[in-house]
Amino acid sequence: MRPNSLHLARDNLYTDPVVVLIYFLAFTGGFVIMSLELLGGRVLAPYFGSSIYVWGSIISVFMLSLAVGYLLGGKLSVRRPNMRRFGVIFFCGAVMLYPLILFSEPAMQWVFTRIEDPRFGSLVAALFLFTVPTIILGMISPYSVRLLVNTVEHSGQVAGRLYFVSTLGSAIGTLMTSFYFVLWFEINTILTGLTAALVLMACLALIASRGRTDTSGELKPSATQIT
Amino acid sequence: MLLTCLGLTCLAGPGLALGAEILHKERSLYSNVMVTRAGNTLCLLFNVRSNRRNQSCMDTKYPKKMIFAYTKMSMVSLLFAPDPQHILVIGLGGGTLPTAFNQLYPQARIDVVEIDPAVTRVARDYFAFNPTSHVKVFDQDARVWTKRANLLDRRYDIIILDAFNGEYIPEHLMTQQYLEETKSLLTANGVLVANTFSISDLYDHESATYAAVFGKFINFKIPESANRMVVVPGKSVPEEQLLTRANALRNTLAPYNVPIRRYSRILIRQRDRRPDWDPAARPLTDQFAPANLLQSQ
Repeated sequence: MRPNSLHLARDNLYTDPVVVLIYFLAFTGGFVIMSLELLGGRVLAPYFGSSIYVWGSIISVFMLSLAVGYLLGGKLSVRRPNMRRFGVIFFCGAVMLYPLILFSEPAMQWVFTRIEDPRFGSLVAALFLFTVPTIILGMISPYSVRLLVNTVEHSGQVAGRLYFVSTLGSAIGTLMTSFYFVLWFEINTILTGLTAALVLMACLALIASRGRTDTSGELKPSATQIT
Repeated sequence: MLLTCLGLTCLAGPGLALGAEILHKERSLYSNVMVTRAGNTLCLLFNVRSNRRNQSCMDTKYPKKMIFAYTKMSMVSLLFAPDPQHILVIGLGGGTLPTAFNQLYPQARIDVVEIDPAVTRVARDYFAFNPTSHVKVFDQDARVWTKRANLLDRRYDIIILDAFNGEYIPEHLMTQQYLEETKSLLTANGVLVANTFSISDLYDHESATYAAVFGKFINFKIPESANRMVVVPGKSVPEEQLLTRANALRNTLAPYNVPIRRYSRILIRQRDRRPDWDPAARPLTDQFAPANLLQSQ
């Protein structure tokens, strides 16, 4: 690939596998976020019920965490954005998500015995359980914008496409989880699957970065090296 | 209307009989609550279009008279716990059961858990349900309430599970863990009666869940009702004793229209019956509870 075609290539969905990969990673990020949010309702129900306020707690915590994640992801993308760091975000997401399987019971038990009002009980429990993984997952979107945008005139288009794929991922994650996953698997199995998906995405990003980072760490797309 | 009532599924029931007058209609946080009257029959309905029997009715002329089979069937609990001191009812509805228990055993403490305050209001305003120092209503989610009741070491001689939402029993109230939490609220000789009417796959999973928690239970069914009552006696009561108790209760329960002697005979016949569900069905747990998806499978 000619060096001067770099900018155009990065916006080209059809010719550069790394571009496709970044969109795919954003899609998976959206998928995992909403799947996790839906499972959150199931995780909290044994301790706090499934009333509207439990969903209120979960949605608030997810929105707040995503908001913080957007800020942090944007901040992180300023200096030397590259695929390796992008992969590290996914890896951290996986590392923070997996403890849900191990510690959600004792954490909820702890909250349950201290807070009697199930509104605030569910809010505190949701904060404990979902804040950190969701913040990390929220970093994916702004970071992927930075990886893909090279020109000011295309920035809106790229951001629009990213919102599209990640929100599409969210919609599909919501549907798959609520329609099928809960029918096929146990909650912890689904959480393990989500963790595995994040690890896999991290690996894909790292493989892509190995193929194409130079000493500056800057992304250098090249179709031949990846395929 | 008559036609729909001939089959197994007398769907709308008297609540939506032709010419029923709507006395109250309210969209609460949890369901659409409606009170109707047709002649002397006052009914509480939770979802107009729902084809399930999630309603409660009262005869205003004979308020004690129980109208629905599942309410009458719940009274078999008295055969196993003849002198209850503490009674727990999950799901208030029109308050038929707590009211009856209170009339029969004025000294007993009755706790009722009802998630929807609108239902409690309607039961009080239209169905003569009367919370007193002995009859307490907790407007809480039953799962949350049960967990806390365990922390407070509450114990009950009779527990009735009768909580329904617009669809069926809420999923987190059908799991093995929930039933275990409920089981530990029972006194040594306490009896649990659960009202169910699941069909298809859910019937197998639901039954397997009860079996996993309680071992053997009585699958109490009567021909004129599609409801299945899960009856879990604290200890096995000999046949003679059940019949004696039924005889003793006969007159007391007559105004409630509960044919307790017939029920006791049916129970005795059914208690040694083999399971009529797939024993390999997977119990529902907090981890695996696609209950209301299974209902429609």
